[in-house]
Amino acid sequence: MTDSLTKRLVIAILGWTVALLLFFPIFWMVLTSFKSETDAITARLAFAPTLAAYGEVFARANYLAFALNSVVISVGGSVLALAFAIPAAYSMAFHPTQRTRGTLLWMLSTKMLPPVGVLVPIYLLFRTTHLLDTRTGLILIYALMNLPIVVWMLFTFYKEVPHEILEAGRMDGANTWAEVWHLLMPLTLPGVASTGLLSLILCWNEAFWSLNLTSSSAAPLTTFIASFSSPEGLFFAKLSAASTMAVAPILIFGWFSQKQLVQGLTFGAVK
Amino acid sequence: MATLTLRNIKKAYGAAEVIKGIDLDIEDREFVVFVGPSGCGKSTLLRMIAGLEPITSGDLSIDGKRVNEVGPADRGLAMVFQSYALYPHMTVAQNMGFALRLAKVPKAERDAKVAEAARILQLGPYLERRPKDLSGGQRQRVAIGRAIVRAPKVFLFDEPLSNLDAALRGQTRIEIAKLHEELAVTMIYVTHDQIEAMTLADKIVVLQAGRIEQVGSPLELYHHPANIFVAGFIGSPRMNMLPVAVDGVSAAGVSVRLPSGVALTIPCSGAGLSAGSALTLGIRPEALRPDENGPIAGTVKLVERLGGLTLLHVETEGIEDMIVQLEGLSLVDLHQQVRFSADGAALHLFDQAGQALPALARHSLVA
Ligand SMILES: Nc1ncnc2c1ncn2[C@@H]1O[C@H](COP(=O)(O)OP(=O)(O)OP(=O)(O)O)[C@@H](O)[C@H]1O
Ligand SMILES: [Mg+2]
Repeated sequence: MTDSLTKRLVIAILGWTVALLLFFPIFWMVLTSFKSETDAITARLAFAPTLAAYGEVFARANYLAFALNSVVISVGGSVLALAFAIPAAYSMAFHPTQRTRGTLLWMLSTKMLPPVGVLVPIYLLFRTTHLLDTRTGLILIYALMNLPIVVWMLFTFYKEVPHEILEAGRMDGANTWAEVWHLLMPLTLPGVASTGLLSLILCWNEAFWSLNLTSSSAAPLTTFIASFSSPEGLFFAKLSAASTMAVAPILIFGWFSQKQLVQGLTFGAVK
Repeated sequence: MATLTLRNIKKAYGAAEVIKGIDLDIEDREFVVFVGPSGCGKSTLLRMIAGLEPITSGDLSIDGKRVNEVGPADRGLAMVFQSYALYPHMTVAQNMGFALRLAKVPKAERDAKVAEAARILQLGPYLERRPKDLSGGQRQRVAIGRAIVRAPKVFLFDEPLSNLDAALRGQTRIEIAKLHEELAVTMIYVTHDQIEAMTLADKIVVLQAGRIEQVGSPLELYHHPANIFVAGFIGSPRMNMLPVAVDGVSAAGVSVRLPSGVALTIPCSGAGLSAGSALTLGIRPEALRPDENGPIAGTVKLVERLGGLTLLHVETEGIEDMIVQLEGLSLVDLHQQVRFSADGAALHLFDQAGQALPALARHSLVA
């Protein structure tokens, strides 16, 4: 009894310590966003809270336009990635060939290439196709960027589905479309949802491509943050305010969807 | 109405040929059972008939129409899987009605058909449950119900009872037999189980390594096995095999000499046999009777008393473990010397290639 109590206590303390350590930078950022610029360069905890930084950020940039871009691009990129990945993962999981394994590994290996390695060709491609600084362009890039991970995750979820269930469906008269829609989708919905959520988060946080391929009209929140950094020196309060506003939506979103996310990510392990 | 014709059906996975040319005719309303050792290709053959596995070569016809390229749903067959393969996210009623829903059958008609199948299988109280809330036997019935609802021309079963416990297996076996009677459809059934094969089948197909060893009624296979493999496979406990040598051939049959030196005459045709050539004698455990003057003598090594039956494991010349099955409770003791005799008609002779020598007379129950 006492043994399990101390054990639980230790686990609780450890858990909280790790959580606080991980959370501290975010906490500090949020704290700093409420300081004046002079307080912001100190590590003082006692300060007069002010919304000045937020006011200036709002005055200088159109937050809502950036946020809308982020939403459209992240959702668009994730939906597009899923639209391609679902059939791909279906065929790899249920109709594998000798090259399936190799194709999967090759897809994953593309994630090891540093994005900057293909920046110039992609920039040039975007320029000739007039995709620079367009939402369509970023949606395309984000979908491609996440495709390997999305395919891999879906593949592992689909692998868990017994073949015979789909075969029973085929005997019942299901064509490929009905098989996926009536059987595979409902059976793997937690997995598909968590894959989509992860893709959404990855898109939201992506900075390299958005900084390089957008300037104003399609710029998402990562660009918004960047616009408050270096050029005019270090304005920590404004930078923190901008960052807080940029991460807040995805943090809140993540908070509400965490159950779904954890359930999906541990789907295979629990079964 | 559904007859099936298989002509030189083959299946290869890459270079490995697993079905090596199957020719088979299945009559309307026949109950056909595929048996054979694990890995012999029973499931593969069934899945090719179902349309779940492409046929590498040969022709499969249903009612005279070649269906090699027809999709599974359009062949008019229904399959019951070993794992049941129920749709976990649907209720029992939805599971059974899924095929009709896909076929866009109006809801009222669909519900009526599901209710009818539920009545036949006594699934009424469970219609709104999900498969995970059912027992194994109930899941099995839902799987059968899903097949019934489609009113298929042919039912395919792949070891449908192997996940049930012994009591339930017996009960469900009888239900399947009744269902065959009631629905009057063609059924093809894969099993490992001797009793299922013997009791359900009109026609048993014995497979080995992708080939048919013999096709026939259960009693035909039991009384007139075509070769050593079928003789050993059908019947439980297994047929005892003794090496023997030919003494001579007469109108009464083939005379052979047992390893112990005793001579026996078996009513088989011995055309082409010469004295001295080696044969194998097959004796069913249930054909042996204790007999003080019997030709076969041995020492009892083990006694298994099953209540209604007694199994003796006897060491005799030429065979270390000859099994003798006796009716009732036998009082034979361990290490006792016993002599046995057997009815000549229940003995089988096989040549060196393993083929049975044809019996002079057919068993009275086998036309
Ligand atoms: N996809 C495949 N690729 C290669 N070989 C296969 C494949 N599927 C089955 N086989 C082989 O085909 C043979 C027949 O398999 P099948 O499943 O039909 O056997 P079975 O008679 O149903 O056995 P069991 O009684 O154990 O179910 C086996 O030797 C198996 O290894
Ligand atoms: Mg099998």
